[in-house]
Amino acid sequence: MIESAPTPYYLVLSAVLFSIGALGFCIRKNPLVMFMCVEIMLNAANLSFVAFARHLNVIDGQVIALFIMAIAAAEVVVGLGIIVAIFRLRDSIDVDEVNVLRG
Amino acid sequence: MSLSEVFFLIVAAIAIGSATLVITLPNTVHSALFLVATLFCVALMFLSMGAEFLAAVQILVYAGAIMILFLFVITLMNPQRPAGPDRLRSQVVWSCAFAVMLLLVLWISIQEGAMAALPIAPVSTTPLGLDALGIALFTTYVVPFEITSILLLVAMVGAVVLGRGRVQ
Repeated sequence: MIESAPTPYYLVLSAVLFSIGALGFCIRKNPLVMFMCVEIMLNAANLSFVAFARHLNVIDGQVIALFIMAIAAAEVVVGLGIIVAIFRLRDSIDVDEVNVLRG
Repeated sequence: MSLSEVFFLIVAAIAIGSATLVITLPNTVHSALFLVATLFCVALMFLSMGAEFLAAVQILVYAGAIMILFLFVITLMNPQRPAGPDRLRSQVVWSCAFAVMLLLVLWISIQEGAMAALPIAPVSTTPLGLDALGIALFTTYVVPFEITSILLLVAMVGAVVLGRGRVQ
């Protein structure tokens, strides 16, 4: 197995990916793409967790990353369910048009 | 520059490039496919850090399950809204400024905070294997593990309730 790159490399990649995800969440109106941006941000956090776990030679970071993946799966399922419900109600999923809290 | 650094830079460039395409491409299906590329690159990063199980789970759960769900919803709804400006230009400018500042803060905290507080080199060169992960998951972290299973059950019930529509 090849030796892996230094830890700061992974942290910087994680920071860049997180910023891209945050930017995408701000500039897109399509809730599906906004969800994808949330996934990118969660993955960036996972990358940091695993990098620190490797650096300190503890396993806890990997366990937390596993939990984050499970929570991301749950979040996507519920979020997509809500999007489908909204789409069924008003034939549009533009987040700027869904600005009242009643059906 | 060592082989591992070259490998890292290539995979990181692909990851950042496809993440940028995810947030810029107008077609949602294209965004989803480039998200798969990003997630695959993150899995390769896990692999290079010796977290083989996480890499496998990443590909199975994300590329296998979550992305299929995304593509199902995209094709189900077929969002063909009239092409217009996605956001106001001032909003895009402010968002870019916000993202750059966020990146700057993260960069400074990595350089000044995290790397100064941590030991210079990895503590040990022997990577922790799958057995260590399993032992930690079912001893130290057994309560969060069970709570996660309940959370998944709740999410499943919630998705069914949301998805079945209005009861007559």
